[in-house]
Order: sequence, then C-alpha cells, then structure tokens
Amino acid sequence: MKPLVSVQSLTRVFDVSKPWLNRVIERLPKRFLTAVSDVSFDIPARSTYALVGESGSGKSTIGKMAVGLLRPSEGRVEIDGVDLVTESDPTVIDRIRTDIQMIFQDPFASLNPRWRVRDIITEPVAARGGDVTGLAERLLLQVGLAAEDAGKYPHQFSGGQRQRLCVARALASEPKLIVCDEPTSALDVSVQAQVLNLMSDLKDEHGLTYLFISHDLTVVRHMADAIGVLYLGRLVEEAAPDDLFTRPAHPYTAMLIDAAPKLDAFGREVTPPEGEIPDPIDPPKGCAFHPRCPLAIAKCSAERPTLQPFGRGRVACHRAGEVTLESAQTGPLRARADA
Amino acid sequence: MHLSDASTPVLSLRDLTVDIPTRHGTLRPVDRVSWDIHAGEILGVVGESGAGKSMTGNAVIGLLDPPAHISGGEVLLEGERIDHYTLPQMRRVRGKRIGMVFQDPLTSLNPLLTVGEQLEETILRHLPVSRDEAAARAIRGLDEVGIPSAKNRMGAYPHEFSGGMRQRVVIALALCAEPTFLIADEPTTALDVSVQAQITALLKRLCRERGMAAMLVTHDMGVIAETADRVAVMYAGRLAEIGPVSEIVGRPRHPYTDGLMASTPAASAGQARLRQIPGNMPRLGKLPQGCAFNPRCPRAEAKCRQDPAPRVGDADARAACWFPIADTGAAA
Repeated sequence: MKPLVSVQSLTRVFDVSKPWLNRVIERLPKRFLTAVSDVSFDIPARSTYALVGESGSGKSTIGKMAVGLLRPSEGRVEIDGVDLVTESDPTVIDRIRTDIQMIFQDPFASLNPRWRVRDIITEPVAARGGDVTGLAERLLLQVGLAAEDAGKYPHQFSGGQRQRLCVARALASEPKLIVCDEPTSALDVSVQAQVLNLMSDLKDEHGLTYLFISHDLTVVRHMADAIGVLYLGRLVEEAAPDDLFTRPAHPYTAMLIDAAPKLDAFGREVTPPEGEIPDPIDPPKGCAFHPRCPLAIAKCSAERPTLQPFGRGRVACHRAGEVTLESAQTGPLRARADA
Repeated sequence: MHLSDASTPVLSLRDLTVDIPTRHGTLRPVDRVSWDIHAGEILGVVGESGAGKSMTGNAVIGLLDPPAHISGGEVLLEGERIDHYTLPQMRRVRGKRIGMVFQDPLTSLNPLLTVGEQLEETILRHLPVSRDEAAARAIRGLDEVGIPSAKNRMGAYPHEFSGGMRQRVVIALALCAEPTFLIADEPTTALDVSVQAQITALLKRLCRERGMAAMLVTHDMGVIAETADRVAVMYAGRLAEIGPVSEIVGRPRHPYTDGLMASTPAASAGQARLRQIPGNMPRLGKLPQGCAFNPRCPRAEAKCRQDPAPRVGDADARAACWFPIADTGAAA
C-alpha cells in the first residue's frame, strides 16, 4: 500500500550569518545551520509515526516542512502522492491542504484570545466557505467539552481544556494527517493522560494519521506505531516501539532510554551520559554522535554511517546492535505491564 | 555554623498556612502543611500546577508576593523559627543558610555580570573571606558542579554557557555560601533528558557529600523517583500523602497518588489506554467541602464530601484520606 506521507531525503539549511555590514567589516564568512539533513521516512495511513530527539535535533523543523510552513532546501514531502512545493494544480493543492492540520505545544499561544471558541474551531472550514452550522458544538462534544462552551473565550478554559479546543479545531476540516508538535508537553501528567487517550480514540474513530513530535520517550512509546530517533538533524534509528525500547541498536537511542527518569528506579545509581549536543553550525566530522559515544572507534570519526536496514528497523551506526541497555528493565512496573 | 544536634531536622514545617486575601474572599494556596527534612535527605514535592508546591517553597524562603502571606504555622530552620523574620534578617538567611535553584537558569543569572563576579559577590556577601579567597572558592565551586576548565570560565557571561552548564552555574551559586538547606524548584524542567540526568545526579551527589538537606519541587514523577529519599504529594494546597519514595511509588495509600502514578505513560507501558483521573484540580476559590479530591476520587463516599480527611499512618509515612488504599487492600 502507498504510504500517506512520504518524506524523501529532506534537508533544510538556515542562513545564520551576521548582517551583511558586520560580515564586511569583521570579515566574517557566511554561516549556515543544517537543521535537517537527508531525512527519509514513510508514514502509512492510519498509523502514528513519532519523531523523538533532544532540542536542536530538527524534529520541529521536519514537522513544519511536512505541513508546508517551511520550504525544504532539498528533498520533498509527498502527501497522498502530492508534493505541495512543486504541485501547480490549485484544486489539488487545496484538497491536500484540507487534509493536513496541526496541533502545537502551547495551547495558550495557539488560540486567539479575542475570538470565541465557536469561531476558533470552525475557522478551518469557514475559511474555505464551508457550512459551519452546528459544527463547533458537535466537535466540542467529541473532545469531551460541552456544547455551551462554543460561546466562551479561550481564557475561560484550563490548559488541558485548551488543548482539547486545539484538537477540535484540528478535526474541523476532517483531515487525514495531523502533525502534533509536543502536544502534551505543557500539560500536567493527569491531564496529559486525558489528552493522549482522547487522541488515540479520535484516531480510531476518524481513521487519522499522526506525525507525533515529542522529546518524551514514555509518551512516544505509548502513542507510536513507529519511532524515528533524530540526532543533530539526522535520522539515526527507526524501529517499532517494542523493538526500540527493548533492543535499541544505536548507542544514542540507548543513552536516551537510560537517561530518561523511570518510576521504578528509586535508589538507582545513574551514570549520567557524558557531554551535550554539539554545535549544529559546526557538527563533528563522521558520525555526529562519536564524541559522546561509548562504542566509538576510529572509523566513526572519519566516515559518516548511512541509514541501513537492521532487524525490523533501520539504523545509522558503524557498530549497530552492539550496544546494551544499562538499565536491565526488570523493575516492578515492568512486571506489572507484562502481567 | 549553627549548632544543632543531629536529631533536629534541618527544615521543619508545622501546619504552615499561606493566605491570599482578595476582593472575593481569602484564598488558601497552602493549607496546614507539615513535614521534616533531615540532614542529607532530599524531599521531593510533587503535584500538578496550582497544587501549592512552589508557594510552599516561596513561603519557606520568605519570597511570597504580597498580598500572599504566612497566616499560620511555623517554619523552623535547624530548630530556629524563621517565619516571622524581618526582611534584613531574612536576607542573611537566604543564600547563606538556604540555597535556591529555580527552573529557568537564564533568568536566575545576571546577564551583565560574568559568572565569576556573581559567585564572588555572593561569597563576599555571606562569608568573612578575602577577595582572593572568594575567587579561589568560586573556582572550586564551579569545579565541584562539573564545569570543565573552571578557572578559564570565571570570566564568561551566562549567555556563553549552554542550558545544562548554566544550571550548573546556578547550583554552584546556590551552594557557594555553604547552605545547610537547598530549595530546587523544577531545576530540570527546562532541560533535555540527557542533561536532566546529569543535573539530578549532581544534586544527589552534592547532598550526600555535604550532608545538605534539600527540597526538590517538580511535577515529574520520574525525576522524583530517581532523586528523592522521601516524597510529599500535594493537592489543592494540602498535603495528600508523604512517605519514603518506595512507599509512595510502589504502594500509594492516597487515591490521588495512585491515580497520578498510574496516569504516567511509563506506568501503563503495553496498555492501549492510559489510566486517567477524571476532571481537573478545583480552583482555590471553589474548593469542595470535605476532602478536596472527592469529586475526582473513585473511592469517595458521603463522608468524604462532608468532613476534611483525617491523617492516617505515622509521622514517617502518612496520608490524608478517609479510605486509604492499603487498609482496604489488607481487608480484602
């Protein structure tokens, strides 16, 4: 089956040079930041693909390119076989754009405080001249709010309720793909559970496809059908959640899993990972992870590994599969989940 | 140093209550909270936004924004009451005897002064040492929190550090006057996971090495589970449950603690749906009668809606609940 979303060698370079006059006076060269570099993946329809990585790994940049908020420097994003950047038929562009919606991290910044909830939610349909009678009320009920809430303003809602409003707005145009950029990072844990459950339910009901961007491994494990791990703009590993969390093949993935705080780890003596994400303007040669990698060999600093099939997933590492998790996951919570 | 025998807790709260008078009546963001923190111990304080955890921390260090004020109870630092201290008295406590680390390392540092200047200023303010000695101590402080080539970094400005390194500088700043008690309010929330692991390991090591007591405020159960020795769970300004970390995470008594633990995605690994607590935390002005958690509680009965929940358990591990989980579990 053809995937709904196909990302092909996507690259985005930002010009971060100083202003022209400074460059001339101080004799500085132009500087470029490669935020995303040669990333390829497919998302089958009705599945959830998650991108994880730390700050500066390029996950949000990929999300913005997927919805067309940013133009790729190289490569392409095809949605339903259409590349919005090169497509020239306006009816096709309009159809595909209706199929894409986005949910952002901060529900306080992504809702217009001067608009009533009804106008916010129906905007994606009203903007195209669609019929909006009763639409807001119906959507509010679907996301677990009351129909009367349509007349209220965003400030009358709590953080979790606002994120439900964002979900309702995203559903209004009956999209196929929703790009969620850290949708629950600003929420408390009990509210996060409510919103994640809502998103899973709606996915089943509406046959949605999610591109789910998050830094939180536990959330990603819960939501995703496939996970792509990003480091400095490159995809370093891609696998199904169970494979990734039990047998990570890339040392960076293993480091992330070990570093993530665990509930059953009280008293655990952690050996924290070494170092920090390097400067993306001047990334290390070879494999970008080699200065922090416990398994690094001479080849790693000389030659950049390419993404190769490994097991049921893909990995970009010269020593793929040799890493072992430090935390042998046999805690009480693990036992409970297995039972 | 202040003399106190080993059994005196470093920090002790006795029915601490904070009130905010408003036009529509008095709000009570912290309601009769009591706990002891001993030397070398890290108490983790968890709760959702609005639970009163930061407000409790601010009350301890006397940084409540008026009109909020301490309206009842006591704060004891090494056996000495500090809640009624005047501003000049409190200034000698803050920084000297109580160190503070806040969430955003960039706003806790002065962008116009070098890291070395800020450290030296704090040391000279609180300790009777010479300028040279202060500089030497500042370098030792940076070295201790794991900043590479500390001596050369003394002249660097905060913006020249990465987020994780900046938070290390803030920790060095909090510890440079050798406080006996540290308040860390969401110290790792703004950081990436790998850096978060570094910072929590650092806090743990420093508390152990210096025998310092700490109060770690966070909403992240994972961080608490890994860092804290004891955990206090707050809900709507009240202490829902307090106990050793293994008890709180493994065998919670209060239904709220139980729901909070179960709703983390880590705890429901492999399950299709996350367990969720229905509803939201009530607004402070609209607290329900009886136990504040009763409208969201799966175990609530008529009694919970009328009378405030009683304390069950001993001083070491206790919960405020009419129907705590362990009791019925034993009966069943």
